[in-house]
Amino acid sequence: MKRLMPVTALLSLFALSGCDLVVLNPSGDVAAQQADLILYSTVLMLIIIVPVMALTVFFAWKYRESNKNASYEPDWDHSTSLEIIIWSVPLAIIICLAGLTYVATHRLDPFEPLRRLSDGQEIDPSVEPMVIQVSAMDWKWLFIYPEQGIATVNEVAAIVDRPIKFEITSTTVMNSFFVPALAGQIYAMSGMQTELNAIINEPGVYKGFSANYSGAGFSQMHFKFHGMDEADFDSWVGQVRAQGTALDRETIAELNQPSIAHPVTYYDSVEDGLWDKIVNLCIDDDSLCLNDMMMVDALGGGGLEGLWNRELFRGICSADDPGALMAMIRPEMRIREDEIITAMTLVPPAAAN
Amino acid sequence: MTGTSSDTPKEFFVIEDPHHGDDHGEHHHETGTMLGFWIYLMSDCLIFGILFATYAVLGQNYAAGPAPADLFEIELILVATFALLFSSITFGFAVLRMDMNDLRGTILWMIITGLFGAGFLYLELKEFTHLWHIGATPMASAFLSSFFVLVGTHGLHVLGGSIWLIVLLIQLGQHGLSHENKRRVMCLSLFWHFLDLIWIGVFSLVYLTGVLL
Amino acid sequence: MSLSHEAADGIAHVSGVDPVFGKLSWGVFPFYEPIILYTFIVVALGGLAVVGALTYFRLWGYLWKEWFTSIDHKKIGIMYMVLGLIMLLRGFADALMMRGQQAIAASGGEGYLNAHHYDQIFTAHGVIMIFFVAMPFVTGFMNYVMPLQIGARDVAFPFLNNLSFWLTVSGAILVMLSLFVGEFSTAGWLAYAPYSGLEYSPSVGMDYYLWSLNIAGIGTTLSGINLVVTIIKMRAPGMTLMKMPVFVWTSLCTNILIVATFPVLAATLALLTADRYLGTHFFTNDLGGNPMMYVNLIWIWGHPEVYILVLPIFGIFSEIVPTFTGKRLFGYTSMVYATCVIMVLSYIVWLHHFFTMGAGANVNAFFGITTMIISIPTGAKIFNWLFTMYKGRIRFETPMLWVMGFMLTFVIGGMTGVLLAVPPADYVLHNSLFLIAHFHNVIIGGVVFGIFAGIIYWWPKAFGFKLEPFWGKVSFWCWLIGFYLAFMPLYVLGLMGVTRRLSQFETTFYSVYFIVALVGALFVAAGIGAFIVQILVSIKKRDQLRDTTGDPWNGRTLEWSTSSPPPYYNFAFTPRVHDLDAFAQMKREGYVRPTEGYVPIHMPRYTATGVVMAGLLTVMGFALVWHVWWLAALSFAATLLYGIGHTFNYNRDYYVPADEVREIENQRTQQLAGAAE
Repeated sequence: MKRLMPVTALLSLFALSGCDLVVLNPSGDVAAQQADLILYSTVLMLIIIVPVMALTVFFAWKYRESNKNASYEPDWDHSTSLEIIIWSVPLAIIICLAGLTYVATHRLDPFEPLRRLSDGQEIDPSVEPMVIQVSAMDWKWLFIYPEQGIATVNEVAAIVDRPIKFEITSTTVMNSFFVPALAGQIYAMSGMQTELNAIINEPGVYKGFSANYSGAGFSQMHFKFHGMDEADFDSWVGQVRAQGTALDRETIAELNQPSIAHPVTYYDSVEDGLWDKIVNLCIDDDSLCLNDMMMVDALGGGGLEGLWNRELFRGICSADDPGALMAMIRPEMRIREDEIITAMTLVPPAAAN
Repeated sequence: MTGTSSDTPKEFFVIEDPHHGDDHGEHHHETGTMLGFWIYLMSDCLIFGILFATYAVLGQNYAAGPAPADLFEIELILVATFALLFSSITFGFAVLRMDMNDLRGTILWMIITGLFGAGFLYLELKEFTHLWHIGATPMASAFLSSFFVLVGTHGLHVLGGSIWLIVLLIQLGQHGLSHENKRRVMCLSLFWHFLDLIWIGVFSLVYLTGVLL
Repeated sequence: MSLSHEAADGIAHVSGVDPVFGKLSWGVFPFYEPIILYTFIVVALGGLAVVGALTYFRLWGYLWKEWFTSIDHKKIGIMYMVLGLIMLLRGFADALMMRGQQAIAASGGEGYLNAHHYDQIFTAHGVIMIFFVAMPFVTGFMNYVMPLQIGARDVAFPFLNNLSFWLTVSGAILVMLSLFVGEFSTAGWLAYAPYSGLEYSPSVGMDYYLWSLNIAGIGTTLSGINLVVTIIKMRAPGMTLMKMPVFVWTSLCTNILIVATFPVLAATLALLTADRYLGTHFFTNDLGGNPMMYVNLIWIWGHPEVYILVLPIFGIFSEIVPTFTGKRLFGYTSMVYATCVIMVLSYIVWLHHFFTMGAGANVNAFFGITTMIISIPTGAKIFNWLFTMYKGRIRFETPMLWVMGFMLTFVIGGMTGVLLAVPPADYVLHNSLFLIAHFHNVIIGGVVFGIFAGIIYWWPKAFGFKLEPFWGKVSFWCWLIGFYLAFMPLYVLGLMGVTRRLSQFETTFYSVYFIVALVGALFVAAGIGAFIVQILVSIKKRDQLRDTTGDPWNGRTLEWSTSSPPPYYNFAFTPRVHDLDAFAQMKREGYVRPTEGYVPIHMPRYTATGVVMAGLLTVMGFALVWHVWWLAALSFAATLLYGIGHTFNYNRDYYVPADEVREIENQRTQQLAGAAE
């Protein structure tokens, strides 16, 4: 970091002038590493950008028409050594940057568990990350805490220095889950689940929002992210429990209706399996869950019958032997049993999510 | 590097003999047309490329509905395929006749080509109406969407080619095997073979793998 | 057995409209919105004034005969530029409205735009600026300049060229219509699915978007094919590939990119159209659709599109810099290779637009690194211009000023671009105002500056008089200052974690930045105003600014060897090329312009087919937007029949008699003699 002194000095100037560059000065370790990466890359590129800008101004001034003292060589148009320099210097910088990118992209892959608590602090492998399930809705955020059995809308809290694993989906269009002070963003997409591993290192209240335009209520689709120590978090959970009502399929169907600037809402309990229903787009009673549908598809489709009675296949995904169930529902499938077995081995259970 | 002047002064203009030289321009334009048509075909090929890719991505998303094995009657498709393959051969004969400056032969073989094309379109339409009738519409699943759009786009191309063929037959009747008409026959022939090629892709990717796997 | 509900949906969707008027009714005119009402009144009065003036001065016939039906590449090129300029005014009005709204909202107010209206405005801004400002300008340059530079008399397919232009106009008309009849899309300029699907965007706005781009896209593809063939087949004798001016090279690469990417756009939009009109499931959330595929497909087109815009502009700079430094271009060969490398690489970087979609680390790293690699040839280009200036005699006329502005501004945009290509950095910068600042930095600092440089540079060629420099310089400084004021705060806001497309804000914390950005936008408005004043003043003072030599800047390429404006056949004698800077060599070696020995020149005839077909397709697009099926079918059939009818016309070209050529060339001889005195 020492070499970055001028840049950091410049940036702290911004900070002093009262502007809070949260992206460069975050409170979570993942975002902090991302901010460092921005600084390193910028400095690397300035090595070439600054001379180019300086030379542009210098040449423009030196070789202006009125300066008759400057040499003039109208036919000079090639220099092998210069050409080598102008291709190889940028190449060298890009090679450094590419190395940095490769390492950083793997290190900061949002799907990967964290490797450290913060700069210099190793992670305790026995501590499980706290799972928070996040669903984007039109136009609010639902957070489910499976560990605590509670849920909230437009407010989320986490314990300082404990890894968090966000499981993210959407019941509507694409959104992007982003808390700048915590970690980089990742898209929230319906019918599938993305993940974000992060950690908050300083207590505080941080802004979070959707970073991907999603329609009329997009501007108001923000929430507060609270970093708390363990005691505060427990009392927050207690508060949610005290003030909350139950989150079941009826309430969630209601919640899923579009609304703008939805107030912060607490739920003291969450119906079993609700998250799976959200991810698989089957909050409604009459729709076939996506995982069931994908299982049927992997087994060779539901046949013409499936056009009219797709509901037959409900629950096939969680059946002990979906192949047998399928063969029962579609007897003609029996002749294709071998294929079905092959097909099943091709579908890892995780993909059914 | 500076292109210094040689001893003899350079010619900076093409000075044409006023008495001939117009033929040059004609020839120029014609090769341009064929090149342009090739480039068009490549861009069209890209459209099909996207549709194939779409089918490859979505082709197994049956949405718990029917799979290819439930839907396709491979015998019918095979007949359609042969109709189209034969039509390519007959168009080849038409071009051979054209090279011999045989107007009647050209027209005759082109009519036969058109009939094969019409046969293909009839069979495809029959398949589509059958599927629609049993409820396997493009709206039923992503697989059916990508199937109908891929196969349908090819069918629309064949329809377009057939309309072009009819127009060209009229023009051949009016102007015979003139310069322009020969060029047009060559372009249509390229187009027709191109559609054949695409169909081979459709047949293998959609029908054969669909029914066999 | 009942119909499955998907099938039923599809049918209901098709039959739920009035058989005669489709979805049209008196309610579709959004005049209850005061802003739209006033805009409509202004536009209607302005339109009436223009129509009135044209009628009063009896110019309709002239316009129709000499311009609309013209297949002269120069006239089509100028019409593209006019289209670009008109649409720039519309697109920029949108920008001002957004800046105004954000400045007010960030200062604690509600603002004057509700979310629905604001969303339409940012969508329209993006669509118009890319498809109907930048593209027409760039295509206009390629149309006007490239055939002259290769010593050709027209493009390979002159009629197609006219049709391409009118199809682009057709798309622009549909976008403009959406302002007053119905509404425009709210889905952003790339219309990400599933938002753009029927479920989330049921209004006609998305349909306007789709048909407008479908129709304009056909025009662009045809124009791409046309110009590729022109460059490959119609170069003057002696002009080998490595003797082509750099602008021709960049045009070639651009048009190859067009031919190789616009079909992808066409297919993607067609699939989305099928989703909306037939009820298919390509990009829906349900029944197996895959919205991520839309995002991939649209960027497979969208990323090369960026290079389609910027490559010809690089070409323009490569023409201007040698001219105003009075030197050969440094490193021509590496410039050509850099262009080709950029062309190829631009295909394998598309995923950097959505690192945050959750692809694995290897995939993200691959696309991040390929993106960075593009900066190497781009950097080489910058160096080449830089070393062209080295040991030159730089004349700071207005085009060169724009080049200087470009070189200093573009590198900053390039730097932030590489920054965004580092996936983990992108995780925190993606979709933020930092990104907005970045791409405006490269598009304004690169493409727009280049367009102005090019217009001022080639204006005397097109019209025979130079543009007046004072207002040009005013325009330049307003743009430059305006750009920095408007977008530097956006970089900062991005680092403060402010995302794009917001019409309301939680805090007043950002107020000052948005107000500065608004001031910047007002400066840019002044820059556009000064540019228009520059044109008007120059037209008024055209006699003083007249150039009779045809070579006002001491140019180096063939377009300067003919008169200004060039005769419709461009060159009485096809030039013969020996060197890269062909005209510079001709002048150096004391060429003699032949004044006799003229031969008849083979030229294509004007035709109204392009205008008529594009007009019919506009009607078709409108009818499809409003589900007026009978009209759509009718206009489509009419287009088809008209097109077929055109193929029955075998009499499409003629010979300009040698006497006519002699007469025109004699005038030029007198002009030149006058200029020499």
